Amino acid sequence: MASRGLPSLLSRLSLCTSTLSRYIASSPYLPRSLGNSWIANRSFAVTSEIQEEPLKAPVEVQHTKLLINGEFVDALSGKTFPTLDPRTEEVIANVAEGDQEDVNRAVKAAREAFDKGPWPRMSSYERSKIIYRYADLLEKYNDELAALETLDSGKTFEQASVVEIPLVTRTFRYFAGWADKIQGLTIPTDGAYHAYTFHEPIGVVGQIVPWNFPLVMYAWKVAPALACGNTIVLKTAEQTPLSSILAGKLALEAGLPPGVLNIISGYGPTAGAAIANHMDIDKVAFTGSTNVGKIIMKAAADSNLKPVTLELGGKSPFIICEDADVDQAVELSHFALFFNQGQCCCAGSRTFVHESIYDEYVEKAKERALKRVVGDPFKIGVEQGPQVDKEQFDRILGYVEAGQQEGARLVTGGARFGSKGYYIKPTIFADVQDEMRICREEIFGPVQAVTKFRTLEEAVTRANNSKYGLAAGVFTQNLDTANTLSRALRAGTVWINCYDIFDAAIPFGGYKMSGLGREKGEYVLKNYTQVKAVVTPLTNPAWL
Amino acid sequence: MASRGLSYAISRIAGSSCMRFRSASSLSDISRQCGRSWGAIRSYAVAAEVDEEPIKPPFDITYTKLLINGEFVDSASGKTFPTVDPRTEEVIANVAEGDVEDIDRAVKAARKAFDEGPWPRMSSYERSKIIHRFADLIEKNNDELAALDTLDSGKIYDQARLIEIPLVTRLFRYYGGWADKIHGMTLPVDGPYQAYTLHEPIGVVGQIIPWNFPMVMFSWKVAPALACGNTIVLKTAEQTPLSSILAGKLALEAGLPPGVLNIVSGYGPTAGAAVSKHMDVDKVAFTGSTEVGKIIMQSAAQSNLKPVTLELGGKSPFIICEDADVDQAVELSHFALFFNQGQCCCAGSRTFVHESIYDEYLEKAKDRALKRIVGDPFKSGVEQGPQVDEVQFNKVLGYIDAGQQEGARLLTGGARFGRKGYYIKPTIFADVQDAMSIAKDEIFGPVQSVTKFRTLEEVVKRANNTDYGLAAGVFTKSLDTANTLSRALRVGTVWINCYDIFDASVPFGGYKMSGVGREKGEHVLKNYLQVKAVMTPLVNPAWL
Repeated sequence: MASRGLPSLLSRLSLCTSTLSRYIASSPYLPRSLGNSWIANRSFAVTSEIQEEPLKAPVEVQHTKLLINGEFVDALSGKTFPTLDPRTEEVIANVAEGDQEDVNRAVKAAREAFDKGPWPRMSSYERSKIIYRYADLLEKYNDELAALETLDSGKTFEQASVVEIPLVTRTFRYFAGWADKIQGLTIPTDGAYHAYTFHEPIGVVGQIVPWNFPLVMYAWKVAPALACGNTIVLKTAEQTPLSSILAGKLALEAGLPPGVLNIISGYGPTAGAAIANHMDIDKVAFTGSTNVGKIIMKAAADSNLKPVTLELGGKSPFIICEDADVDQAVELSHFALFFNQGQCCCAGSRTFVHESIYDEYVEKAKERALKRVVGDPFKIGVEQGPQVDKEQFDRILGYVEAGQQEGARLVTGGARFGSKGYYIKPTIFADVQDEMRICREEIFGPVQAVTKFRTLEEAVTRANNSKYGLAAGVFTQNLDTANTLSRALRAGTVWINCYDIFDAAIPFGGYKMSGLGREKGEYVLKNYTQVKAVVTPLTNPAWL
Repeated sequence: MASRGLSYAISRIAGSSCMRFRSASSLSDISRQCGRSWGAIRSYAVAAEVDEEPIKPPFDITYTKLLINGEFVDSASGKTFPTVDPRTEEVIANVAEGDVEDIDRAVKAARKAFDEGPWPRMSSYERSKIIHRFADLIEKNNDELAALDTLDSGKIYDQARLIEIPLVTRLFRYYGGWADKIHGMTLPVDGPYQAYTLHEPIGVVGQIIPWNFPMVMFSWKVAPALACGNTIVLKTAEQTPLSSILAGKLALEAGLPPGVLNIVSGYGPTAGAAVSKHMDVDKVAFTGSTEVGKIIMQSAAQSNLKPVTLELGGKSPFIICEDADVDQAVELSHFALFFNQGQCCCAGSRTFVHESIYDEYLEKAKDRALKRIVGDPFKSGVEQGPQVDEVQFNKVLGYIDAGQQEGARLLTGGARFGRKGYYIKPTIFADVQDAMSIAKDEIFGPVQSVTKFRTLEEVVKRANNTDYGLAAGVFTKSLDTANTLSRALRVGTVWINCYDIFDASVPFGGYKMSGVGREKGEHVLKNYLQVKAVMTPLVNPAWL
């Protein structure tokens, strides 16, 4: 998750200072050289279960209200909900709890801003300038936003500050550049008619984002919707409301007119459902679980048939072929699964290893997992923080148990880490069979399921034998293998010899029950535009 | 409906010989020569209620079975259902009635043809050649396909054979040409990575088509899905199964491998529901009512989250501005509503007339409706045949009752025509108020609702005040008015000084509850493709 996710994490391990890794992250040429550090010496990286006082987050929580029509307001009910620090299980702040009537207020503001306000009526150049200004402000507040992310979600601060928030800035700049390039077509027809298309903003857009990458998901949703000239009602995840509220404040500062971006903190069954069911919302985009995705689509069908974009769960295969360098394969597949505490929709959670290198792989993967540094995510050098909340924590431990009961071989980990906070030891299961739950269901935690394969054909059949189709990893130096697998795998992204390379320009989304539509790149623009064909007769045309 | 819809319908009235269209060298010739005949005299065109023996169509019914896996088979249950001639209310043929089991068989065949068969694995050039051969065969069997559509649906035979079936051929040639132009992109990214997209076929496609333009709808669905390399399970409408079965036979003759195109006749709640709920169908496209569209999308959400394209109902405004030539406006708005017995999803069913010309318009619109020739659709010179079936016939008459009860002024028509067959007199209501059901609901019959407006601002507001957003007509000479209205109307197609101009390359589809997605043109291709992003690191790249 992030265009330089892998290299920057690795660089942190071997170089160990955040200023340096920031410099590295800002150079597009360095990832290559860092690629060579895969097998670097990690002698200092030993997991320790010492309980220390949690580090104080370098940020004060100032904004906890709903953003509606350009103003920060309390929920109509006056209710709030607590957001917790997953390191300590203690309350960080109480946040205004948006419900149906708050969504109604937000939709009304967004409707007014779309139907009568300046946003869709200003030139696309003006819109693009505001979005660029917004990106500059996000960049300026990089570390503050990153600290809120870490505090709310438990992700490592360096990952947030060096990879994620810069990617948020990058995404807003990318789509700011699209704002004045949303082009329709003029169309040749069979008769004497002049035909052309407008790609118009779709209207009031409802967006529901998850907790695993709060601001990155915010950027994927908000940036293209704004670039296309829409107005927005965004619901954040109840686990991670804080960073988006600050980001909303920065949007106003950048000059976004009131009502264009409304942000509601709250729960799925109340505020989220109100968005999906709303008759005055013209489009809904959701990132989250497949189960909730189905509810969203059904609500869209039951209400006003709003078009739906869904980015859902996955059980992505990571295929390590016969010709692979085992050390590199171990490092990359470790990263593919354990990145962000394993809380990635595209986590490489089924590791398929060729039988000829299977035993060596399992041994080295175990070593690598044992060296993974688990601890306070604000601490430099820590690789893995706590899971986001108790529900996830319990769910993951439940899967660890299920894996053992179903007969998978527990290679390492398999238990809580420490006695406070939602920390889990990096866990690996070997000899996993395809029908086991840990091989079929999305665990969303630091649990790697390793399985053996013999032929490419077998790996393809087994990799595709899933209701999901979000991503896949392929590790090989063989061009034929790479080309064969990249076509055969029914997944929306195939990373060959890399993983979690996110880039504003590259589309992301799922086949099968991993979702509908694509985000990022040019592809996402069609989610936020309506196509209108205009046809008129030609009189005495010079050409057809 | 059809690229020469308007001009053809009008010219038929003025020129009264159908043969001249056969000799026209191109569509545009026809369009031009007919476009000028708007003001022509129609002295002979008087509606007559004489009961005559129905004309016998010039072809026999040969094909009534299901097409599954390249073979014509009976339904698993052995059941058949009657298809009725709407001229006589008598049975034409008994057709194999597909149900859940038959859909399962068809999906299995399509799955196998996609997963293992030659179709997605042959070169796109080979696929394109087969589609072009299919187009040639449709052209060769033009009149027989047209006769089946007239017999089944009651549409004018000349309309079917001179407009619709040639448009079907045109569609297959258009998409035959796209087959080898489905390009992915290579993408510039921020680091040393190679990134590209593959636009892959989506898999097994379920398609459900309506009865109003059976073969045209067949082509809008089947042609792009084939061009993209998919396999298909198509369910036809129970009112009009015959032409698609013949077309299916021609597809086999053209060299389409077994299982690539499966055609199931049957009912919506049984066979249609089975398609939309099927766990092994990767995409569903539906054309029909908004009510059923919602069910389709719910089924997709509840089953496997298959992406949905919907082309649904409409209540399209036709706006006649102050500067309009009234005679031309009458002719065009008459055509916009009455074409195909008023059975068009995009029928211009709300005629907004500027107050300054309202009275003159009404008088002339009444004259024109009285002159509309209703009769046996196989008879040359007839403009309007029967409605498709008894359900529709009763529904339309019900709306006529409602219009009178709600206080609209019945100008002409308002009753059954003749004593046998589902014929209805061309009907006009004047002084229609926006709140009346005839101004809000889709009637899908020869009932025009005329209403008065004063300002452009008012008409935009009223025109947009509907759940639907499929199409709109604008009749004006003012460029400013045309530009203002074409942006302000929230609809998928705006026809300015023309109507029902369909062209393979112009996208068609709805805003709001008129649907999701677009058909035709380049836009439809994305409905039948999955996007896969592929990434790999670059070693020592010469450029980025």
